Parts: sequence; C-alpha cells; structure tokens
Amino acid sequence: MSVKVSMTVNGKPITADVEARTLLVDFIRAQLRLTGTHVGCDTAQCGACTIHMNGSAVKACNMLVLQAQGADIVTIEGIASVDGKLHPMQEAFRDHHGLQCGFCTPGMVMSAIDLAKRHSSLTEATIRAELDGNICRCTGYHNIVKAVQAGAQAMSS
Amino acid sequence: MYQFNYHKAVSVADAAALLARNSDARLLAGGQTLIAAMKLRLAAPPDLVDLGAIAELRGIKADSGTLTIGAMTTHADVAASKEVMQSIPALGALAASIGDRMVRNMGTIGGSVANNDPAADYPASVLGLGATVNTNKRKIAADQFFKGMYETALEPGEIITSIAFPVPKRAGYAKFKNPASRYAIVGVFVSEGGSGVRVAVTGAGPSAFRLPEMEKALSAKFSPDAVVAIKASADGLNSDIHASKEYRAHLITVMAKRAVQAALGK
Repeated sequence: MSVKVSMTVNGKPITADVEARTLLVDFIRAQLRLTGTHVGCDTAQCGACTIHMNGSAVKACNMLVLQAQGADIVTIEGIASVDGKLHPMQEAFRDHHGLQCGFCTPGMVMSAIDLAKRHSSLTEATIRAELDGNICRCTGYHNIVKAVQAGAQAMSS
Repeated sequence: MYQFNYHKAVSVADAAALLARNSDARLLAGGQTLIAAMKLRLAAPPDLVDLGAIAELRGIKADSGTLTIGAMTTHADVAASKEVMQSIPALGALAASIGDRMVRNMGTIGGSVANNDPAADYPASVLGLGATVNTNKRKIAADQFFKGMYETALEPGEIITSIAFPVPKRAGYAKFKNPASRYAIVGVFVSEGGSGVRVAVTGAGPSAFRLPEMEKALSAKFSPDAVVAIKASADGLNSDIHASKEYRAHLITVMAKRAVQAALGK
C-alpha cells in the first residue's frame, strides 16, 4: 500500500509516496540519501539511528515513516550551521576524541543534544545514565562522557 | 516486515470502526513493541490502525484524588509531568525507568498496558494502585484486567482510552533491571491508599500479580522489615536465561523491601 507522507527534514519540506511498511530510518537513508543516520542493531537497542522528531530524540529504526507525518525532523546532517560551523556538541566530540570508528557517533551526538537540552547541569552519573539508549563498541565511553559534558556546557553558554 | 494496509484514525470512534471493518487489524500506539515485533515478523497484521493523530487520547489530568492519564501519553510525558510528580511521584519514577530516553519519547501507557508484556513496568503500577482501565466500551478494574502473558480482559476491537489512578497516601516502585534491555526481571509496586495496602509484582510471572501476604504484613506495619521475612513461592514464576524462578522469587522480597523504602522516602 502506497501512502503520501509529508514532513520537514533539516528545515526543508519533503513530500513522497511511500510503502506503508517503510521505516523512518530507511526513508531518511534510502530516499532522502541522508546516510549519517545509521542502522546498527535494527532492534532499537544501540541508538545509532537516533534523530530528533519535533524536538525529541527518537530511534528512527523503530518507527514507521508514517508516524512522522507532518513532523519536524532533524538528522545529524542538520545540526551544523548553514556556513558549515560545527554544532557545539559536534565540536566537543571532536575536541575530546569522543569517537573511534564513528558508527555510533551520529546517534550519540543527537542523543547528547537532546539530553543537554533537558538538563541544566549535567553530572557524569547523569550523562552515563541518560546515554543508556546508545551503545558504543569502540571507546569504552570515557571520552564520550567528557565530550557530552563539554558540549552541554558550550550549548548553555 | 510484511506489507500491510495503513489506516490513520482521526478519533476513537473512527479507530473502533476501522477495527470492526478489518477483523485482523492491530492498533499502533507508540510502536516501540509492535514495530519491533513486525520487523522480526513475530507479528504480521494485515492492517494497522494508527492512533497517533488522536489528540483526545493524550494528556494528564489530576482531579480530586484521581490521576487520569490518556492512553497515548508517552512515558517521557508521564515522567516529566508536574501533575504526576505532585500526586503519584512513584508513577513518574516508574515511567522514567522504562527502556531508554528515545523509547520513552514514543512508547505509551496504553500500548504498554494493552500489550501486557510479562516484564513491562506499568502493569505493576496499574495493579499496585488499583487503577481503572477506561476503554471505549467500559471501565475495567485493575484486578480484573491482567489475565496472562500478553493477555488482558480487552475484547477484540476494544480500545483503551485512559487509565485512572486513585492517588495513594504513599507509593514506591523498585525494579531489578535486566542490564541490557532494562526490562524488569522483577519489579514491585507498593502503595498505601484509600483501599488499604497493595503490593503488585511484574517480571516474575507470566503476568502481574498481587501478594496478599505482604499486603497483610504491610497493613499491620508499613515498614521494610514487615516484608523482609516473607518468601514468595517460586511456583509458576518465569525461568529463562536471565533468571531462574528461584532467583525471581528471592528478588520479589528484595524489591518489595526497596519499594517500601522508596514509598517511605528513604
């Protein structure tokens, strides 16, 4: 069954005809060619597919694109400034070497931005608890936590 | 995922009509369980009725001793709600412990309760507070609602619209999380309210159940030591790679103690 879907993605209005069973992550990657959002586990555990829908972090692999009908979607490609300047959270991940292979990173950054927006002050314990929907196989998380702390601070100033 | 016909309901009545016209249709709430199951082909409904656009199903209302939560209210919204924090903080804490932040931004209380996963958190609170499940057809008391593994009293075509929780004097929830999935290996919800003490356990058995022995002990003395010596029976409890039924029986007592501590604010 083909259904028309409309939404805003990284500030741009998008309209497309989709099969009803199309996942949001597959729409973003295959139809919109925004491949920064990754499919890691495909079972909603690892968080590599994390994007923002209407201002909140969600796992794009675990929802239909039709559930985003009319929504405001932001992916990792949409958070840097128009002039290419990195988002403070991206800059913090770069500064604090919060990645190795980079596969979990877009999801980590999107999740971290969401968590930084919801907490005025972030302790290490809070960051570690709040990132429990994002899994990294490379880093052991230490630098990710440092990056999130620094990024959150930069975001609030 | 297999193909299906997608229907977007504009109201509860519309959703009910869509379910009536498509006998094997399933309701889509937050999708955090259903979409995952469909991806694995564990569920393959030929029709999906999406409740996502029905505004009347979302919202939280506190009203003279009752907290009513709309079926499509997300776990994140329950966890962040001032009304919930002020009336039943244990419920907000329970909602905040479900899954992870991204799952909580989509998952709903109605979906969780209708699905009745043996390890879901909400059933413990619905049973543990003596809540009423409101549907488009009737009101169902918690004690009559949870029937078995993934089985509830809901009839085909029946839609949960909201859940009404009586505000207790105090309540607490403690759960022993599976470290990977964060589901409850055992979760215990304890409350002391207008109808006395209620103790409800999730994760341990095929469906949430009450513990009359602990309720009696806590009615006499609402303190952790009242339950510490009470052993739950391992008979009929779940046994799997995560925990044996004997371990789950043991965890019931430990989590009950911690739930009482939480209720006492300790």
